[in-house]
Amino acid sequence: MAEARDGKHRWGMVVDLDVCTACGACIVACYAENNVPTVGEQEFIIKRALPWIRLERYWHGEYPHLQAEFVPMMCQHCQAAPCEPVCPMYATMHDQNDNINLQIYNRCAGIRYCAVNCPYKVRMFNWFNPYFPEPLNEQLNPDVTVRTRGIMEKCTFCIQRIRRARDEANAEHVPLKDGDVVPACVQTCPTEALIFGDLNDPDSRVSKLARSPRALHLLEELGTAPSVSYLKRGGPNVD
Amino acid sequence: MSIEMTVSHALPLEDSHEEESRKRHLLLDPRPQEEMNQMVMDSMHRTGVEFWIVMAVLAVLALGGFLGGWLYQIRFGMGVAGIRKPVFWGVYITSFVFWIGISHSGTFVSAILRVFKVEWRRSITRAAELMTSTSLLVAVAFLGIHVGRTWRGYWIVPYPNQRTLWPNFHSPFLWDEMAILSYFIGSSLYLLLPLIPDLAMARDHSEGWRYKLYRILSLGWRGTEAEWRNLTLSMTVFAFAIIPVMFSVHTIVSWDFAMTRVIGWHSSIFAPYFIVGAIYSGVSAVVNILFLVRWNMKLSYFVREEHFEAFGKLMLILSFGWTYFFFADLLTEWYGGEAIGHTVLDIQFYGQMHPFWTIMVVCNIVIPWLTLWNRKVRRTPIALFFVALAVNVGMFMERYTIVTGFLRRSRLPFNWGTYQPSIVEVGIAVGSVATFLLLYGLLSRVIPMIPVWEVREGQLTHVLRRFGRTKVTAVSEWE
Repeated sequence: MAEARDGKHRWGMVVDLDVCTACGACIVACYAENNVPTVGEQEFIIKRALPWIRLERYWHGEYPHLQAEFVPMMCQHCQAAPCEPVCPMYATMHDQNDNINLQIYNRCAGIRYCAVNCPYKVRMFNWFNPYFPEPLNEQLNPDVTVRTRGIMEKCTFCIQRIRRARDEANAEHVPLKDGDVVPACVQTCPTEALIFGDLNDPDSRVSKLARSPRALHLLEELGTAPSVSYLKRGGPNVD
Repeated sequence: MSIEMTVSHALPLEDSHEEESRKRHLLLDPRPQEEMNQMVMDSMHRTGVEFWIVMAVLAVLALGGFLGGWLYQIRFGMGVAGIRKPVFWGVYITSFVFWIGISHSGTFVSAILRVFKVEWRRSITRAAELMTSTSLLVAVAFLGIHVGRTWRGYWIVPYPNQRTLWPNFHSPFLWDEMAILSYFIGSSLYLLLPLIPDLAMARDHSEGWRYKLYRILSLGWRGTEAEWRNLTLSMTVFAFAIIPVMFSVHTIVSWDFAMTRVIGWHSSIFAPYFIVGAIYSGVSAVVNILFLVRWNMKLSYFVREEHFEAFGKLMLILSFGWTYFFFADLLTEWYGGEAIGHTVLDIQFYGQMHPFWTIMVVCNIVIPWLTLWNRKVRRTPIALFFVALAVNVGMFMERYTIVTGFLRRSRLPFNWGTYQPSIVEVGIAVGSVATFLLLYGLLSRVIPMIPVWEVREGQLTHVLRRFGRTKVTAVSEWE
């Protein structure tokens, strides 16, 4: 159950916690790229915001010697995703070709079963109709659907960029190369803490890093087989 | 039909003890059939001004709270409810489970007691069965209220469609839908079958629009030997067939939770735990509705203290059963010692859910255990009514704790959260009670609430006999 399913690609990401400065640029980039609606202060406070990528903050130690640690968190694109079997509408399902976890907005009726069953709590619900205050409404990305109220959404690994890169490669009759697909968060990260690529290609940068002894999968013990690896802090970099 | 007496040499009793027994037991207190028919017919016709005032208030609550709140939510979005990350399921799912639980009463009281030939059930089965169908309607409405796009909710039904897409049969939600649909069809038929002779009785005793209605509903019942045979046979089949369906419904409702990876939900004990809880709250709800029916419709000849006493005993036993599962669930979670499992215990014992958890323990364990031992309490309808009301409050709190409480904790503590029902959610939940009572109240004026023929059958087979100095209730079997 936990092994990767067969497919042409297995898109994955590596998050190097050693170089992440928690600047939050990835979040801004994701909002801009994927038409993620803003919800306003009041709704944000009661956890109604729907960022596709967020920085989770954890405190270590007692008061005078406090230390904050940050973990960028987005959909882990599990190979055995808990959200998929529970959806009665097939609104969330596994893409056999790209081995990512799809969210099909038109099929979603908003039962929120997937959100309940996601151990990472990365699935977001549209509580109201999307709202883009001036001037954000001027920069909506035409490649990405604006979601209506009452449906789920989550990180897609910028599937529109995957599709475009593949179309361009097909047009030139060349295979996809490592680095052809760059999601918005990866493109924006100033310290290159986020690395994206094909885990099925043993020579890609991301699969080399994913094999590093520093690599770990979040909540791996649940058998979800996530496609996102975290490189833990402090250890020697064996890149 | 012939009655074969199991006791043939006994002589009828003629003393004051007989009077006492007659007063206590409906089946030993026979009255002429015509008188009983008239009592049931009168109870349907007796709609005073007070009744209509209460119905009007309920209609306002149902339209304003239930329907109004729902439409408001559809218009402006799910956000008008209080649910938020990570508590994506709130009062709506709680109410859904609650009403499904209530719906178990009818089948339990009617089918199981019928299969085991429990004689006191005869006069009260109808009230319980009607409750099943009515509360199932309210429960299904809550599925519609719960989904973010209500207008797309019908996609869950498997039908050939232009999307060429079947629903996902892996999803417990779909099992749920299948089980509830089967249960609704089965329990509605099971309500209608024993109703046919009573509808025919009502047809023969009414005129005007009622006559026309009953003529259609009674399906031309004449009461011939063949008709009775077919009815008895099909009722036996249904009584046996509906019991596994009833068990499957709440098993699958519990699997909605148990199949997930949510801490506290993912437990193999959930299926029997939920079934016992459902029957517990269902039987309590039958006590509530029986009290209201008896009081409002003046049916104290048919619904007597003996019925309340029997229900009191049932509630006490079910309370033991529920407590056993409740304790086993808590103990395994606590003894396992996993830090993550203890977070959901902490939230119940010390945290945000503590008030609700305390209400649950008091209402489901303390109150029934302290009161139901007492024969006097069991035999006082108003006292038992309040105990049953407390149990229903407690059972709602149990579902509220399980659904909204456990969701507040998850494996990554950054995502821990809280939940506060909004005014819309409270309005819809309160409105659902009004909707149920409104539906039930209106139906109670159309549907004969007492199965007269079943009571009469029981009265014919029961007789008080004397053996030397002891008096024994002799029961014979229908051939």
